[in-house]
Amino acid sequence: MLSDRDRIFTNLYGEHDWTLKGARARGDWDGTADLIAKGREWLVEEVKASGLRGRGGAGFPTGLKWSFMPKQSDGRPAYLVVNADEGEPGTCKDRDMMRWDPHKLVEGCLVACAAMGAGAAYIYVRGEFYNEARHLQHAIDEAYEAGLIGRNACGSGIDCDIFVHRGAGAYICGEETALIESLEGKKGQPRLKPPFPAMAGLYGCPTTVNNVETIAVVPTILRRGASWFSGFGRSNNTGTKVFCISGHVDRPCNVEEAMSIPMRELIEKHAGGVRGGWDNLKAVIPGGSSTPILPKSICDEVLMDFDALRDVQSGLGTAAVIVMDRSTDVVRAIARLARFYAHESCGQCTPCREGTGWMMRVMERMASGRARVEEIDMLLDVSKEIEGHTICAHGDGSAWPIQGLIRHFRHEMEDRILTHRTRAAAA
Amino acid sequence: MSGGAETAESFAFTADHLKTAKAVVARYPEGRQQSAVMPLLDLAQRQLGWTSPAVIEYVADFLGLPAIRVWEVASFYTMYYRERVGQYRLHVCTTTPCWLRGSDEVVRVCKEKTGLEFGETDEKGLFTLLEVECLGACVNAPILQVNDDYYEDLDAARTASLLDALAEGRPPAAGTLRERLNSAPEGGKTTLLEADARC
Repeated sequence: MLSDRDRIFTNLYGEHDWTLKGARARGDWDGTADLIAKGREWLVEEVKASGLRGRGGAGFPTGLKWSFMPKQSDGRPAYLVVNADEGEPGTCKDRDMMRWDPHKLVEGCLVACAAMGAGAAYIYVRGEFYNEARHLQHAIDEAYEAGLIGRNACGSGIDCDIFVHRGAGAYICGEETALIESLEGKKGQPRLKPPFPAMAGLYGCPTTVNNVETIAVVPTILRRGASWFSGFGRSNNTGTKVFCISGHVDRPCNVEEAMSIPMRELIEKHAGGVRGGWDNLKAVIPGGSSTPILPKSICDEVLMDFDALRDVQSGLGTAAVIVMDRSTDVVRAIARLARFYAHESCGQCTPCREGTGWMMRVMERMASGRARVEEIDMLLDVSKEIEGHTICAHGDGSAWPIQGLIRHFRHEMEDRILTHRTRAAAA
Repeated sequence: MSGGAETAESFAFTADHLKTAKAVVARYPEGRQQSAVMPLLDLAQRQLGWTSPAVIEYVADFLGLPAIRVWEVASFYTMYYRERVGQYRLHVCTTTPCWLRGSDEVVRVCKEKTGLEFGETDEKGLFTLLEVECLGACVNAPILQVNDDYYEDLDAARTASLLDALAEGRPPAAGTLRERLNSAPEGGKTTLLEADARC
């Protein structure tokens, strides 16, 4: 188990002072100017060496992403945009970081801006996180006041402005180009890529979009060294990670653990175990709603990291572990997610706009049994027509939960249909 | 919620909000004032209580944008109320993580006690009942968001007493309604136990 000394988010539960004074006591803003003085190349290389992969779901190597930003400005400003539009069902880690450790994010923004030659950062916080955005704004105000950001931030010689921008209730704005559109004051509809944001993002300028956790861990990584961070987890899956454990466990919680921890250990050590014991487990959605559901047989052994979960045809996603015990109607659980994706489709691409609604309606019938067995294959086919055929990953995200359900719980769907048919015939 | 120079047909920021609005526009680069659409709609909604057609026209005017640019933002995002709403907006999350922890019960109690279906506001203008998608607080599910505040770890009884308290005009402190430290496991932390000087 990860030792407390190696935990980054030492105020995850909000027990301590979250303002600048408390943050400084926990080690934030310690020698920030010295880190910046080591230069852009060192910062990017150190983040690369740490093995940090994006914490917002896709797991793209952070240092590599940063290296895509132009080394020389062509006159356009460059931007860091922080994705705090946390909304992937099951996920609630960024919320804790913003309300209880906001200075980690603010300091991370400064360091990331220095690493990418960006002069400003916009933090896009989901609209519902009103109180969290207030804490964050308070931390930013304190940092300006103390000269930590703004002109000649920390005395480093660089200028860095940080702004909070609140969203207004659209899951799709968690997609990086939809987020940029939204930040420009438009409907949150994803952009075609290329050009990628590093070439033309916010206001047509070079932009990198990173998740809250990705940015918030950077100052600690730089202070303690890339090899400290890469010492946790398996190769290519390094570091510590905040996991969100929800659903049918005795004590749901957020917890920071080492990457690659076995799923069972994570659930039993920190969340009080599955309600009714491990043998009462039916299934787990391991990384937020988009990641395919896994049956108990896989959960028994699987490790919580990018590669291990990919190898079992699922994913680490945001590391939001949604646990379902044997009392769960998994078909209905996934049907509810189908409704979520239909509700949140931005409507831009036909396969997603029409397909998510169609899948929602079929899943609703599957959940009640008012379907035909052949429709299960039709549903699978349609999900594959949506996957990979849209501008952004919302189409994929809507297809994967259903594909996972059919892969592992087809028998349950068939039983439901047959039971319904038998009952209807008897009536 | 009131005090501005507004009627159903017209809207204008109060002097305070006008100052705030100008500061909001200044967060964005020169010529990029369209970025302020969302924060200004939010500010206007906080003043009037909802996003009326007059609000949309006013914000468009304020930013020098064609009204359609603001209309399409106001209709795309779910947090802009396009109709009058009650004093307490009850946003019940029913997405899978909340559903697994009993959001059906929260919904049932909300409907029974307010007599409302989703999307409705009562005649006194006290409650508006709304179904929302994942609120992003899943380890404290089920969640009911009342205006800006999250009430967490609900069940039928806690939901009922919360609604009673709201009806009496004394909203309880936001957050979990159980004996629990925020998102830590109930009954005691499993981490961050070392008396650490860094804390």
